[in-house]
Amino acid sequence: MTQPLAPPPKKNPQKRTVSPTLPPARRSRASLGISAAAAEGRFMLQVCEECKTIQYPARDACSRCLSVDLNWQDISPHGELLAETTVRTSTNQFFRERAPWRTGSVKLDAGPTIICHVHGDVEPCSRVTIWNRLDRSGQGVLLAVPETNTPNMEDDPQLRAMTCDPKHRRILITDGRNANAPALAAALTEAGASMIFIGESESWRPNPNRVELEKLANVEILPLDVTDTKSTRELAGEIGGKTDILINNVQFIRPGGVLSRGDTGFAHDEIEVNYLGLMRLAQAFGPGMCSRTADGVNASVAWVNILSAYALVNSPDYGSFSASNAAALSLSQSLRAEFRNSGLRLMNVFVGPTEDDWHQPLPPPKVLPRAVANSVVQGLRDGLEDVYCGDVAKDLVERFRAGPKILEREMTGGEGGA
Amino acid sequence: MSTLGKLATQIADGSIEVIDLTHTLDPDFPVIILPPEFGQCARFRMEEVSAYDHRGPAWKWHNISMSEHTGTHFDAPSHWISGRDVPNGAVDEIPAEMFTGPVVVIDCSAGAATNDDFELTPEVIQAWEEEHGPVPEDAWVLMRTDWSKRRGAAYLNMRDDGPHSPGPTPDGIRYLVEKRNIRGFGTETVGTDAGQGMHYTPPYPAHFTLHGAGKYGLQCLKNLDLLPPTGAFLLASPLKIKGGTGSPLRVLALVEKSHD
Repeated sequence: MTQPLAPPPKKNPQKRTVSPTLPPARRSRASLGISAAAAEGRFMLQVCEECKTIQYPARDACSRCLSVDLNWQDISPHGELLAETTVRTSTNQFFRERAPWRTGSVKLDAGPTIICHVHGDVEPCSRVTIWNRLDRSGQGVLLAVPETNTPNMEDDPQLRAMTCDPKHRRILITDGRNANAPALAAALTEAGASMIFIGESESWRPNPNRVELEKLANVEILPLDVTDTKSTRELAGEIGGKTDILINNVQFIRPGGVLSRGDTGFAHDEIEVNYLGLMRLAQAFGPGMCSRTADGVNASVAWVNILSAYALVNSPDYGSFSASNAAALSLSQSLRAEFRNSGLRLMNVFVGPTEDDWHQPLPPPKVLPRAVANSVVQGLRDGLEDVYCGDVAKDLVERFRAGPKILEREMTGGEGGA
Repeated sequence: MSTLGKLATQIADGSIEVIDLTHTLDPDFPVIILPPEFGQCARFRMEEVSAYDHRGPAWKWHNISMSEHTGTHFDAPSHWISGRDVPNGAVDEIPAEMFTGPVVVIDCSAGAATNDDFELTPEVIQAWEEEHGPVPEDAWVLMRTDWSKRRGAAYLNMRDDGPHSPGPTPDGIRYLVEKRNIRGFGTETVGTDAGQGMHYTPPYPAHFTLHGAGKYGLQCLKNLDLLPPTGAFLLASPLKIKGGTGSPLRVLALVEKSHD
């Protein structure tokens, strides 16, 4: 049984902060499919279209019939632990620092036998579930966990090295005015976050969320306006060294596309908040967070952007807003690359239309604040990069994958459209 | 000695004081808040271009952005629909001599201290005139409320039914414009109108009446408590923005010490 993780002691200011190291990152192009699946927390393997053989490890041609028609598919993650060993030393610095490290082989019910990391609670020769998780290099790795959950299993050191669990961590939510801020703060508190900082812009006007936020014991509301470089840098100066997870939930949204508006006023605000706000936050908080990814139990671990699902494809009713989110999505990919060497994870949560003033005329289903909060917490626990929250977002990404041009034609409707 | 020479001497020796009536342009200074579906007043923002570094080794400078109506600012007649056809109604068209002139201060600070929605009515103005004489023609009239001493949320004083701050009634501003033919009207609050000014007829009477008559507005002023009721001289020149409806500006008042 996993020992519950104790809250970390206060940092010894006389000790040098441990520099981050990474597990091996190199992969063949074919095996990046595992990483893409891990980014969403899915266990996928290639399946041959010709002879239906499940492939392991990833390859360019079928191991049975040499067909190159291999497709990534969700595979039953269940199996049995065959053999295991514990690595006590390694030439790789990352594993050397984290030894002992348990690995083993698992015979999948689906067929193949795989090599994987093994959770501390897995009994010898027992039934296991395979989790496909991103390691700190951002590559998918397989971890065998007990088939039924065990107490404190999330605290297993091997698992925690892959995930971004909020437990004992200090979290900044950048916009205390967003309707989802109270639900986010409550869910993170429930998930064991030790401190929640909440940014609030323009304290000279009322914030309807304040009453709700102030009820939470471990919440501190601090001035932060992502459209103001100085404000962003000032807050980073104060708490940047103890921000373990940053959740960027700022959003400026108004309906309208290009011709329906006739000016660039709201578009300016959308870019200023949704795109440049992310950039200002990253420039202020990014370097400090990147330097603290190996800083013990509450090392910095993740950067979360809450984006509109319309970052994937434009919704013309919110055309300019969608464009600003597409810009933020693209910027987040650059940021992910810039975070890569530190192991800091960047997670984007794509959210469908939310239950708020600006989506009021839209029909259901609409995403409630609590659903966004749950997606964020679960995504952090699973160490994901991409999370789709709500039916609209989930449907949208499926249609996007099936055919981006077809989806664009559907979304841009008109007569005969969707 | 020439008049200007005398003036320079008196400023230098302190017998004429220069009072700064301007708030600092600060990103966190409140601006007027409109219903969110309307276009909004841009806050003051400042981005560093270089600071003696690789972006410019020997110099520091910023790009700034804001609305014409951010911070301590001037309202030109073209700001309001009633003044859109007023000749020379934009800041770049207003004759320069309009930017300097006599100023009187009506002290409403006692009333505003107990009533957030204190109204400047003809009666209040007439009571002031009984003491100080008629409001002079072509003078600036400033409404002192000490509102500039408020900070944070107390300044806009926004509630669910809108902001609450003092201002003139329709009759009050009409009295100044029609009976006294003033040059302009200034306040310490975020606008020349009361916080609840949208509920008057006409809505926003100060904006409507002043600008319709080609008069000017000043708002977000401070230090009005350092000015005498009469006898001070105002310097308020907006930026020369082509077609501009207003402009942030530095507002100064010259005050003769003997008035203290």
